[in-house]
Order: sequence, then C-alpha cells, then structure tokens
Amino acid sequence: MDKLMNLKLKVWRQDNADDVGRFEEYEAHDISPDMSFLEMLDVVNEGLIESGKEPIAFDSDCREGICGTCSMVINGAAHGGQKGTTACQLHMRHFSDGMTITVEPWRATAFPVHRDLVVDRTAFDRIQQKGGFISVRTGSVPDANAIPVPKDQSDLAMDAAQCIGCGACVAACKNASAMLFVAAKISHLSLVPQGQPERERRALAMVKQMDDEGFGNCTVTGSCEAVCPKEISLDFIARMNREYGRALIKKGTI
Amino acid sequence: MNLDAKIPSGPMAQKWDKHQFDLKLVNPANKRKYEVIVVGSGLAGASAAATLAELGYNVKCFCFQDSPRRAHSIAAQGGINAAKNYQNDGDSVHRLFYDTVKGGDYRSREANVHRLAQVSVNIIDQCAAQGVPFAREYGGLLANRSFGGAQVSRTFYARGQTGQQLLLGAYSSLSRQIGLGKVQMFPRTEMLDVVLVDGHAKGIVVRDMVSGEISRHSAHAVVLATGGYGNAFFLSTNAMGCNVTAAFRAYKRGAAFANPCYTQIHPTCIPVSGEHQSKLTLMSESLRNDGRVWVPKSQAVAEKIRKGELKASDVAETDRDYYLERKYPSFGNLVPRDVASRNAKEACDEGRGVVGSGLGVYLDFEDAIKRLGEGAVRERYGNLFDMYEKITGSNAYQNPMTIFPAVHYTMGGLWVDYNLMSNVPGLYVVGEANFSDHGANRLGASALMQGLADGYFVLPYTIGQYLAEVGPDDRPDTNSAEFVGTEETVRAQIDKLLSIKGKRTPTSFHRELGQIMWDKCGMARSKAGLEAAIKKIPELRAEFWDNLNVPGENGSLNQSLEQAGRVADFLEFGELMCRDALQREESCGGHFREEHQTPEGEAKRDDENFSFVGAWEYKGENQTPELHKENLVYEEVKMTQRSYK
Repeated sequence: MDKLMNLKLKVWRQDNADDVGRFEEYEAHDISPDMSFLEMLDVVNEGLIESGKEPIAFDSDCREGICGTCSMVINGAAHGGQKGTTACQLHMRHFSDGMTITVEPWRATAFPVHRDLVVDRTAFDRIQQKGGFISVRTGSVPDANAIPVPKDQSDLAMDAAQCIGCGACVAACKNASAMLFVAAKISHLSLVPQGQPERERRALAMVKQMDDEGFGNCTVTGSCEAVCPKEISLDFIARMNREYGRALIKKGTI
Repeated sequence: MNLDAKIPSGPMAQKWDKHQFDLKLVNPANKRKYEVIVVGSGLAGASAAATLAELGYNVKCFCFQDSPRRAHSIAAQGGINAAKNYQNDGDSVHRLFYDTVKGGDYRSREANVHRLAQVSVNIIDQCAAQGVPFAREYGGLLANRSFGGAQVSRTFYARGQTGQQLLLGAYSSLSRQIGLGKVQMFPRTEMLDVVLVDGHAKGIVVRDMVSGEISRHSAHAVVLATGGYGNAFFLSTNAMGCNVTAAFRAYKRGAAFANPCYTQIHPTCIPVSGEHQSKLTLMSESLRNDGRVWVPKSQAVAEKIRKGELKASDVAETDRDYYLERKYPSFGNLVPRDVASRNAKEACDEGRGVVGSGLGVYLDFEDAIKRLGEGAVRERYGNLFDMYEKITGSNAYQNPMTIFPAVHYTMGGLWVDYNLMSNVPGLYVVGEANFSDHGANRLGASALMQGLADGYFVLPYTIGQYLAEVGPDDRPDTNSAEFVGTEETVRAQIDKLLSIKGKRTPTSFHRELGQIMWDKCGMARSKAGLEAAIKKIPELRAEFWDNLNVPGENGSLNQSLEQAGRVADFLEFGELMCRDALQREESCGGHFREEHQTPEGEAKRDDENFSFVGAWEYKGENQTPELHKENLVYEEVKMTQRSYK
C-alpha cells in the first residue's frame, strides 16, 4: 500500500446564488493515492457531517468520466488539469503529502452557483433546445442504411459528438465563452447528411441563444481545448464559424 | 392482485401487429387535452417523453440530474442489438427473440421479448435519422460486431460510447419538444411519491432539489422510467444518484414488484481499492476476447502476491490456473457473465485472489501481445487500457489487469403487463425499471435496445388505449384530498429524516446495507445467508431511524437529505430482494442458490416449480409482503439447460 497523505483544502462555500461566498479551509487526513478526487471529498464530507457541520455540496453522478456532471476547478484548472480527465477520474496519486489544494466552482455569469461547487448549467440545455437536433418524428424515417455516410465524415462527427456537456470549456475561458460546446454540436450535426436540411437555421439559432445566455466571445486562446476531458479540437470552433458565416450568406442576411 | 399479462392471442409473430390494430386510438384533436407525466430521462424516459409529445400529448418530464442528458444510460459502452441482418449472417427477428429468451434462462415473458426483437430494427433507423454517429464501414454503411458470445454480428455501436450517443439522440428529440413547448422539463427534481385517485395513478409529488420546494403534479397517466436498483449493494457500476425510490414508493402504493432478486453481476470490473470506494467501474467485456483469466494454483503463491512479495510475472506458467479454460474448454474465457463472475468468486473464496483485499483475479494480455503485437492490442482496447491506468495507475501492457465482478444491472422491476402498464391502472413502467424482457439474465447490448423499444415504439401505442378509455376529463385537481394527503406523507418523512439528529451519516448506513446484500444476496445465495440478512436488515433499518444524522434543512440544496431518503428505501427494498431470493428455490441466470447446483457446480433450474414471475405485494410497514405468481408459458421456445462445457 502506498503512503497515505495529509492535505489542506481551500474550498469555495456559498449558501445559495445570492450569497457572496467565501473560502473555507479543511484538513483531509489519511488520503490514499488510490482514491479519486471526489472520493477524497466524500471522506472530508463524512468528517464534516460527523462533526455537526454541513458537507461541501458538489455535483457528480457516473464517476466514470462520461455523464459530465462533475464540475470543479482544482488548483486553478477545470477538472484539475490532467489531460483528458474529468474530476471524477482524477486520482489522488497526482497530489503529494502536505499540499494545499484549492477547489472552486465553474465561474461564469451564465452558470450561476446553486450552492458551494454546484452550478446551474441549464443554459446549455436551452442552447440545445434552439436547434441541437434533427427534426425527425419517431417512426417516419428511412432504413438506416438508405443514406450511406462516408466513414471519415462519420468518424469526425463522432469526434465532435462525444462532448459530455460538462462546461469545463466555459470555466477555463477568460471570456466564459461556450464556443467549444456549441461548436461540437453544430459540427456533429452539420457533418452528417441527415443534418443538412436544417443546417443554416440550426447554426443561426444556436449561436443566437449562446449569445443571449451571456456567454462571452472566443479569442482563440485554446484554454477550452486544453481542459476538455474529451479533448474536443479547437478546429470545431473554426468549423462553427464557417457554418455561421455560410448560414448568414445563404439566408441573405449579409 | 390482478396479474393478467394481457398477452394478445394468435401466433407469436403476429401478436404485436394484431394488438396495434386492436388498441384504441385517441383522436388527434383530443391528444392535446391529455397530460402525461414521465419520470426519468434516460433512454426509456427521454424517448417516451419526446415521442408522446410528437404525437400531441402534453408531457411533463422530471429528472434528478441537472440535465436530462446525464441519465446513467449514458455510461453504456458496448452497443445495441438489432435484428437487421445487415451482415447476412443468418440473423432474424426470431433468432434475436430466441437468443434473448434463452439468455434470460427462460424466465422472461415470450410475447414481450418477441415484440422487443421486432421493433429492434426500427430503433436503428430512428437513431441513424437523428444523426447518431454509429460506426461505419468505408462504403458508408453501418458496421456491426458480435457481442457477448452471440453467434451473429448484430450489435451496432458508436466507439465505446454507444449509450452516450443513443441518449444524446433521444435527448435531442426531447430538447426539440421542449423548445416547441410540448414537454415541460423539470431537472434537479426528485419524485417522492405517486398519487392514486380511485385506484388510478393520477400524479406525483416531487421535491425541487435546489429550493427544497415540494409540489404536486396531476396528469392522465404516469410513466416511470427510473432505472434499476443496483445501488442497493452500495457498490455497483451504477451512477451515484441511481436509486429505487420512485419504483419503491409506487410499490408501497400498490404496484407489484417483480423478481427483485434478479441482478446481474458483471465479471470485468476494476476491483475495490479500499474503504473509501464510492462506485465501481466496468470495463467492456470485449476484453475477454483476448485476455486470459487466471489465478495462482496455490494459496501460498497468491498470498505472496497479495503482500507484494511476488509479481504476476514471477509466477511460472505451470503454477498458473487458467480456470475458465480448464473448466469450460469449449467457451473458455468467453463463458456468459454469470458463469465468469461466479468462478472468480470461487477462486477468491479459495484464497487465491491476487489483490490486497483478496478479491481480484488476473486478466492477462501477455499472450495476445505476443500473438498480435502491442500495436494491435492497443488498437482494439487502447481506450480501456488507458481508463484502467487512469484509475489504478498500472500499465496493463506490462502487467496483467486485475478484475473482479460487480453489480451492473437489475433484471427485476415493477411488474407490467404486455402494454407496459403496472397492476395500478394508469401507471406505466418502461426501461430497466420494469421486469419483463430479460428474465433472470440480460444479454450484452440488450439494455439499450429495451429502453428505446419501450420509449419510442411500445408505450406511445399502448398508452393510447388507457387514455382513450378514461377520457380527457379524468385529470384530478391537485388540491384534491388524495394529492394533499400524499404531500403530507412526503413532508412527514422529510421532517422525520431531519429531526433524528443521531450520530451516523446516510453513507455509513448505505455502505453497511451494501455489505449485507453483497455477502448474502450477491453472486451466491443460500437459505441460511438469506435468512440471516432478513433478520439483520430490519435491525439496521431500526438503527437508521434512530441514529441517522442529516445536517441542514429542507429549504435548500441538501445532498445528505436526498441521499437519506434513498437509503431509507434501499433499507426496505434490500429485505424484499432477500425474500425473493429465498423463495426462489432454484438457480437461474444471475440468481445462484448454493443449494441448487449440478455436481459440477453449475446453476440448476427447476422449471416444474419455478417457471413463474414472482410479483410481491406490499402489505404495510414491517409486514411480510405477499408473493403472487404469473406463470410463464413457452409456446415458441423449448426450455433447455444451458451448458458451456
């Protein structure tokens, strides 16, 4: 068994959206390097409850890096800064005994804090509702092999489609831009033939909703790509911009 | 209790077509006068909510996650079965139907399974039209693979993230309907009770998990798509939030719970690393195609490995026991999930486990790397090897993986008839939350198929019959006595949980229950063990209600309170699972009773006495529930004993 660690945590505590919030310090004792970061927080929380305090609220669900629920900035990096890793798959062996670890929620105007590390990401859902779909009714569809899709194109669509919607891209961006998230969806659907009929209206509607939600603009620093747990490429933002420009021209807006 | 399955008459292959014609229709102009509640937004819930809204019904959809896109269907890796026969390798609706009934060890309902196989082909069409980026061949057509030992290649997949892509497809259809105003979505909202009016399900009571507000919602019908109950074991591959609360509270209101003892234990999961463990991670069973399972022949060698004095590579070939290859020469490492899991347990029970806790066996790729080269192994399993290293810190190209079985899926669920309606009129149950299609064991790549079959293609037809019968006016006021009374029950329980102010956390109770369930109602069960559990669980439950500590209050986001409510239900439900396992004096599929095995240690069914669905009726607090039986009749498939020797 590897050596157990003692750590100091500085954790953001905020009672609700209206509270100003503050950092509080906690000790984490006897932390095994085999624990995930969230399991370390579980241990701290058990201790807090036992000592009559309220545990740190944080979001998590699948704990295997696919649901996109967990969302925290660890030592200044969304999800902790390990390449292609969500907070739930970040393990304590990447930390060392005696370290101080700072834990904060996603910080963005469009993601108000519900409590502590839990934020409201329904802005992402509202963007999807404006056009993140192909309008097909159940049952009224052709045979799945009736429309062949070139493998390269389908693979590229899959590269974009694997976005887990966690919001790390927004948290990492100095402008709190949601471009990587929106680009992933627009790219996925514009790359498959089934998505062509709604291509222009989708791009225009999703970008408009993104702006209306209060997300910032993209200045191509690439910090989103650096923290994305699914390593979604910045190229998709360029693709989205092309889609958007193309839509403006085709719709005769410019 | 009325357990009429309402299976349509006529030949098996024509039942569903005939039934669709026989079902009543709701006039298109009247559909907008109906309200349907869907609880859960996984594959079954999201597809049902979207499709009902497309038909014109008004839908309210509830989920406890912060977004409907995050339900645990998202974590399914392997794929989805469909009888497309695109590979021209002899697949057909009948073959998929037959394989599913056989794989379920003859404990599922034939007519439901046949319908599942029939609509499987429509699912793939639907998903492709939604833009799901399935794996394709260079010609642009869909690729398939064989999965879980199937003799045909009928599994469609999207890399190792099939569940994610299918769920995002259903979520996109749901999002469209939300945008159109036909679905009202309630994320971060937990259903805490179902409301019955004159014996019919007419609404639910929910808690807003951010504000703590309790509210009442009425509808013409209620659909539960609330998933499985694997977290009764505390440790499982389920997500942290997966729970039995919605299904269990429906059970307490009169819905029968069927076959709760049928749970699936998946053989290839990463072993528990310590007390802190919060969940278990599954790795696709495709690894068994090339990995060889072994433990040392001697306990002494295994003990040295556990102490870190020896490494796997120090064990000579002649000192290794490739027990699956030895015992099952024809299937070897590819025996079904239940057989592989039980044998791993047996090896560890013999003191031959190879991880610190003693609960782990090797899955070794050394031969595959020698035969194919590291590059080829990386190409096939690279993402799984990466995930393994992320979690364990160990490089599986150099050292064998260690694996151990973990609870993965639950075949039991609320009892439903052919229309997916429970015995409570107006209460429908879809997806993993119902019991009907997988019998005592689910085949790989069939969970996604069932969730989407129910939601896209079955429920939207069958619910029309009930709605047409009751008419558009049958939607009670939420101020009626039934609604107010149910809300009071919910509030009373929340107040009680908050008022105990004892010493123990909800997690500590959950963990203790999980240990009992795993020891006594896990991979192998015995009369004595189950009876001990049935005695122990009520004691733990009593302590829970006496010594629980839930900090905070109801009026804000309170994760301890959410968890406490779920653990309270698991503490009752766990006992029901044990009772069901105790009454089923046979071994079948995932249910293995030590008393009922062949001389070689294989599961031994008792078709004469146990070919029935065991459906339990709630009889009140601390009362013994009553068992009812729906007899299973097999018209098409001949029952045989499974053999993998």
